[in-house]
Amino acid sequence: MSAGGGLYGGMPPSGPPGLAPRLLELADALRGEGLAVGTSELLDAFEALAAVPWTEREDFREALAATLAKSQEDRRVFEIVFDRFFFRSVERQAVERGLKEERFSGAERLDLEELRERIAAAIRGGTDGEMSDAARLAIAAFGRQGEGSGVIGVDVQRIRRTLGLRSEAGQQAQGTPDATGIPQERLREFERHLRRELERDLIRRTRSLPPARPLSDFDRALPTASSQDLAAVHRVVAQLKRRLATQGHEQRGRRASTHVDVRRTMRASLETGGVPLRLKHRPRRPRRPELYVLCDVSTSVTSASVFFLSVLHALHDSFRKLRSFVFVERISEVTDVFERERNFAAVSHRIASDAGVADVSGYTDYGRVWLEFLDRVVDDLDPRSTVIVLGDARTNGRDARPRAFGAMAERAGRTFWMNPEPRLYWNYGDSVIQVYEPYCDGVYECWNTRQLEVFATALTEPRR
Amino acid sequence: MLETVEEARDALSSVGYLPGESTALVSFLAARLGKPVLVEGPAGVGKTELAKALARATGRKLVRLQCYEGLDESKALYEWNYRKQLLRIQTEGDAGWDAVQDDIFAEEFLLSRPLLQAIAETEPVVLLIDEIDKTDQEFEAMLLEVLSDFQISIPELGVVEAKSTPLVLLTSNNTRELTEALKRRCLYLWLDYPDLERELEIVRLHAPELGETVTRKLVEVVHMIRALDLKKPPSIAESIDWARALLLLGADDIDQSVLERTMSIIVKHRTDLDVVAERVGVKLSGEAFAAPRASTG
Ligand SMILES: Nc1ncnc2c1ncn2[C@@H]1O[C@H](COP(=O)(O)OP(=O)(O)OP(=O)(O)O)[C@@H](O)[C@H]1O
Ligand SMILES: [Mg+2]
Repeated sequence: MSAGGGLYGGMPPSGPPGLAPRLLELADALRGEGLAVGTSELLDAFEALAAVPWTEREDFREALAATLAKSQEDRRVFEIVFDRFFFRSVERQAVERGLKEERFSGAERLDLEELRERIAAAIRGGTDGEMSDAARLAIAAFGRQGEGSGVIGVDVQRIRRTLGLRSEAGQQAQGTPDATGIPQERLREFERHLRRELERDLIRRTRSLPPARPLSDFDRALPTASSQDLAAVHRVVAQLKRRLATQGHEQRGRRASTHVDVRRTMRASLETGGVPLRLKHRPRRPRRPELYVLCDVSTSVTSASVFFLSVLHALHDSFRKLRSFVFVERISEVTDVFERERNFAAVSHRIASDAGVADVSGYTDYGRVWLEFLDRVVDDLDPRSTVIVLGDARTNGRDARPRAFGAMAERAGRTFWMNPEPRLYWNYGDSVIQVYEPYCDGVYECWNTRQLEVFATALTEPRR
Repeated sequence: MLETVEEARDALSSVGYLPGESTALVSFLAARLGKPVLVEGPAGVGKTELAKALARATGRKLVRLQCYEGLDESKALYEWNYRKQLLRIQTEGDAGWDAVQDDIFAEEFLLSRPLLQAIAETEPVVLLIDEIDKTDQEFEAMLLEVLSDFQISIPELGVVEAKSTPLVLLTSNNTRELTEALKRRCLYLWLDYPDLERELEIVRLHAPELGETVTRKLVEVVHMIRALDLKKPPSIAESIDWARALLLLGADDIDQSVLERTMSIIVKHRTDLDVVAERVGVKLSGEAFAAPRASTG
């Protein structure tokens, strides 16, 4: 390839003069994603570029990364922004020249299972070109053309989910012994191709360069070593426990008095057509950590369920008064499993294989789950208990039974919901989170540790 | 020696350190721009070794400051040698205090610690500040001053100017966020586990006598283990240790029983051991069934 103007997009071959404004734009894009790129970083970057043969793409990228991205997280964001930035300049030129490329079509004629396998094979062992073909194929076949979510990272995850692609590590945790998992590096590479192709589609459809959107959290959440994630989850949960413990102390010191709990009174009034017939009081006793956690492990949340299971795992590490349940079509208590078995991989394996999750269709039946939960534990729930549901609230068209959920929330002191989908998705399709929301003290988007921290903070806030 | 990226790569390789793409580049940039490098990454991926290798490659002396909780200036910069000072005061008994004071705060009573040493050398050194995340922010601020001014002021003596500029590496295991100011001052290098081929080369380098097939199998198994969800995944250091152990055992293949006998070398936690035995051990035995080797001899 010649080192001409096309190599890094609009960059002229002369280097520094034309490079400067491009670099300032890149810095802007990085700042937009929260990287602290100041003047001193930029000066370093210029100095570094003067020292490396910037016609070598790898050196060029590394020199910029070393001077502009100063943590592992920054480095991840840098990779994406860098890729997109220089990719878009190439595309911009194409749009300006009115170039059109023949796009792949005709995926409809292929058997979907066969397609899945072909794509997986390309990801596992294909060349760069084959990988990029696989990405186009996947978008054509599974990408629901023209009705993408509008957030590339979300579409990427959607397609990944539809393809049933799992990383080796994730798959180990699920306890599938055969080697169908794909090495993390390859998956990451494939996601990169997907992202690029989705963006190219968008540009082709609109025939112009749409404004660059900020990265969604999905974009940022590239796979990391799962053990690191687990450690991070444990850290957050340990924090949570400490906070709850000190809170108990503070409250013990105060004089116990009864207060009308407006929120719960209103909630109770839902049953009487909005008329607050029964006054609800706040509990007098200090809140002891007494948790009921219900975790959706259906296929629709597969990518999230490893995260959720690690949350459960960590909770069990910290709290003695905790009962946990997993569900798909039916609910099944797994408190024992977690208490007996401390190893995460082993726990997930057991839950996946024999926790007794009645999973006939693989579709979550929320309504039924509430009824079963009520049936089993309603007598144990009291105002000191906190119920936490981890799930996407996708009912697959079945009866959501909000009243049953309301009855649970009614008995419990507090009820929280953690949804692993971005808010953008909520209440679209068969997501019915809005019917449960009024009964909850809080509904949170949660599928990474940062969001878990936000949730943990809310959970430990004194009740208003 | 570090005049170009290729030179940096070759120089490091020639002293037994096989750098990845970014490692070579950042080493070169550090020398060229005279900026410190902040190196982060999981345990045992060669952060400390990189500094040592850079010293060997450039023929410079290595000055190392190992950080720990509670590390203070007296251990990092300099300290007055009280014992010696006291002795002097006693021997000079009747001279006036002023005279003695001038006397005892002289260079000969100064114990220089790594940071002072590093800038006081006439020949430039490689300064390794290892595990900076173990110190506190106050210490970081002090360090920042030294790294930007390359001078140290000693109230009783005056300012000590640097006689040479060291090549500085700071390592961190990421147990806390470092300050923006420090990061701003540094180039950043993220060291990760190497890919299969590079790790293969590293292990070969450290255990050249181990047979080619076992070596490859070893690295493959280590990569398999890293993909599991372990408390402490094996690092390069463990791969090397394992290779040496297999050499001692005279193993020419890694099957389930070899793995079970030796896996405590690469995995330390009790629960991790169980997972490895279950997941990887079974795989190795399955393979033996699928493709039986001539293992009778
Ligand atoms: N690129 C490499 N080439 C050759 N040997 C290497 C390389 N990387 C690591 N090693 C070897 O791996 C071992 C571990 O390296 P080192 O102690 O530097 O790791 P570290 O990242 O400093 O770990 P820690 O965080 O535990 O201090 C050393 O024996 C070193 O020789
Ligand atoms: Mg070290």
